Amino acid sequence: MNFKTTAKERLQINRQRMPEQDPIARASNFQEVNLGFTEHLAMLEARRCLQCREARCVAGCPVTVNIPHFIKCVSEGNFAAAAESLLRDNALPAVTGRVCPQETQCEIECVRGHKGAPVAIGYLERFVADWARHSQISTAGRREPATGRKIAVVGSGPAGLTAAGELAHMGHEVTIYEALHKPGGVLVYGIPEFRLPKKIVQDEVRRLQRGGVKIECNVVIGRTYTLQELRGRFDGIFIANGAGLPVFMNVPGEHLKGVYSANEYLTRVNLMEAYEFPRADTPVLVGKRVAVVGGGNVAMDAARTAKRVGADKSVIVYRRTLQEMPARAEEVSHAGHEGIAFEFLAAPVEALGNKDRWVTGLKCQRMKLGEPDASGRRGPVPIPGSEFVIECELVIVAIGSRANPLLTSTCPDLKLDKRGNIVVDANGMTSLPGVFAGGDIVRGAATVILAMGDGKRAARAIDVYLKQG
Amino acid sequence: MPSSQPKVLRWLLARGAALQFMHTVLSKRKLSPNVTRLDVLAERIAAIRLPGQFVIVRRGDGAERIPLTIADSDEKAGSITLVIQAVGKSTRELVALDPGEVIQDISGPLGKPTELAEAGHALCIGGGVGTAVVHPIAQGLFRRGVRVTSVIGGRSKEWVIFEEELRRLGEVVVCTDDGSYGRKGFVTDAAKDLFAAGGVNVVYAIGPVPMMRAVAGLTRPLGIHTIVSLNPVMVDGTGMCGGCRVSIGGETKFACVDGPEFDGHKVDFDLLWDRLGTYRKHEEHSLTRHEEACRIGLQKPEGY
Ligand SMILES: Cc1cc2nc3c(=O)[nH]c(=O)nc-3n(C[C@H](O)[C@H](O)[C@H](O)COP(=O)(O)OP(=O)(O)OC[C@H]3O[C@@H](n4cnc5c(N)ncnc54)[C@H](O)[C@@H]3O)c2cc1C
Ligand code: SF4
Repeated sequence: MNFKTTAKERLQINRQRMPEQDPIARASNFQEVNLGFTEHLAMLEARRCLQCREARCVAGCPVTVNIPHFIKCVSEGNFAAAAESLLRDNALPAVTGRVCPQETQCEIECVRGHKGAPVAIGYLERFVADWARHSQISTAGRREPATGRKIAVVGSGPAGLTAAGELAHMGHEVTIYEALHKPGGVLVYGIPEFRLPKKIVQDEVRRLQRGGVKIECNVVIGRTYTLQELRGRFDGIFIANGAGLPVFMNVPGEHLKGVYSANEYLTRVNLMEAYEFPRADTPVLVGKRVAVVGGGNVAMDAARTAKRVGADKSVIVYRRTLQEMPARAEEVSHAGHEGIAFEFLAAPVEALGNKDRWVTGLKCQRMKLGEPDASGRRGPVPIPGSEFVIECELVIVAIGSRANPLLTSTCPDLKLDKRGNIVVDANGMTSLPGVFAGGDIVRGAATVILAMGDGKRAARAIDVYLKQG
Repeated sequence: MPSSQPKVLRWLLARGAALQFMHTVLSKRKLSPNVTRLDVLAERIAAIRLPGQFVIVRRGDGAERIPLTIADSDEKAGSITLVIQAVGKSTRELVALDPGEVIQDISGPLGKPTELAEAGHALCIGGGVGTAVVHPIAQGLFRRGVRVTSVIGGRSKEWVIFEEELRRLGEVVVCTDDGSYGRKGFVTDAAKDLFAAGGVNVVYAIGPVPMMRAVAGLTRPLGIHTIVSLNPVMVDGTGMCGGCRVSIGGETKFACVDGPEFDGHKVDFDLLWDRLGTYRKHEEHSLTRHEEACRIGLQKPEGY
């Protein structure tokens, strides 16, 4: 292939499509939907990048991946160089390439998006990351000499894993404490296999362990050990326990059998493998008709999971419209192809049940969009007398999650904001010296890449803190 | 150490396990026709657990996470006592474990510790396997110098558990449905008489939902503070899933972090009872399959 492509030639190449599993087949299996670029597709797509001097995409990425550089390496077929460059900036590219909301971060900034489609940065990132995984390349590089300092990380989600990796690399002795029996946080209990294969997270965890990170599962900080005890035993602490507290709708009928929080539903299916029941012991209710309340990634995941475990009809109930949906664009479109229905401008007012207290339907009220508020977002306004019923055997509530108070409530000195999130300074340090925090416990339910960014920043700040102390 | 240790060790090493996290079963004793006591290594939990707290146990890959109250602990041996009623597949598999075998995951201690009375006379009522749960509470009260009277019950003599342990802490009234041991009748009948005699300041009632509901019904008009321990369906035990939500005085609470013990006068027992039936069909299905597998020899049956 000729690498010296001119700008004109580059402009003539259209965005390559991601090969994916057939929508009908995939709606009843848990294998990954996206199959990944071939080397040929990746090189073709990479040649669409104009190699801007002032690449705006980089500024759009929360961890400032050197996007043009790794893409240039791909276009030249030098995947090893691409991997080296990418892994230097981003510890979990196989994850972010799959779950980042690229359309609001890096790709929205791409100049090619002004006329036509932006460069498929996420797909290329995924390609390079997978190539590196298969070639067993990890650019962990040489670990710094041991410092003898001990750090505890609370939680093994993306924030905790990233921080642990960085800190171990700096030569510190790192122990991760995880409440569940398997490390990975939302990456293993929330995001389904068909979007993010668990093997990727597992490999990542193994890599960290090989790099010297100790992981102790089944340890609940605030119960098994208090934060105070950890402070006595470690030189620094990073809290990354996520936003694991489900929000319910607060409407009548919410306690009926067949009403789940998305957290419970997805945990049963993903972490506990209930889709294998009775081969796996944990059961999950299967509804022929399922209503999922919410418009984010969690709602999409729940609705698509429900379809895969056997629902004929799975419908998303969202109080605004398609434009306002916070889910990744790709998930919304994949959901549509898989036959997920959408009920926009509708808000639940009651879950209806039969005499045995099984849910039979979701009573909703029609909404219309009101005037934009201060933030420019148009709020939903109920239309009186517009109630209607969606008949279903399962209701899954995916309207958000908040800070889990289990740890913070056992440590009154830790400063929290009014929503219960931990307050940190510019370095990620909490009100307790030497105790840092990041990810969803600080931001509220946010994104994988922001959690990773926090982990990386906190690791550097902890390193500096230890050197000063 | 039991003779099965080498096999277990080999298994552990083959899995590259770190030994200190391994929860080996140290001893096992059958307490009643369907209740088994396991003493299991869990050093940290043994050292810090308080009355009323529980653990979540996952036997191995593919197994369920099951909440179990810590009935006792031996800090020196580093072990906790679990008392398990074998009702479904998962609990049957747990009680089938022999000394030397290992439980893969135990997390805890979870839940809020019991609110222990400071003084006075406490009535501890235990029904069935709930008697094992009431034991650490009675122990805690006894250590504080509170007078403890226990009322425990079972279908017949062979179903009565923890009598000896509770006798060390105070007076015990045993009730059996058929009168084969102690007093004939339900624990509520015995409790009624004790209330009539007067002097009871606080009640801890733990057992099947209908029993706890009945006790709360008795004490409500008498104004005796009554604490019950709820056992809803749970997954993570850290407040993340909300499956264990219960209604307390009209407010939604999570039994795993806000409980498991609550004011019995405020609990919506109907809701709890109803939600406990969520997976009844699944449980039956699993159990039939399990029994089938045992019958044709694919699966190790219970160890007795
Ligand atoms: C279903 C679902 C889909 C999502 N999809 C996307 C997506 O497509 N793209 C995207 O960018 N983001 C997505 N998100 C959001 C993203 O997953 C989170 O923002 C991110 O995982 C936060 O990372 P974290 O490390 O802060 O916390 P988490 O991933 O929540 O990890 C926290 C960990 O801490 C553990 N823990 C909690 N309390 C304790 C304690 N007391 N002691 C010890 N351990 C504890 C938890 O068990 C957990 O493992 C999704 C979230 C969900 C639920
Ligand atoms: S990490 Fe996310 S935002 Fe950054 S380049 Fe990769 S896909 Fe884009």
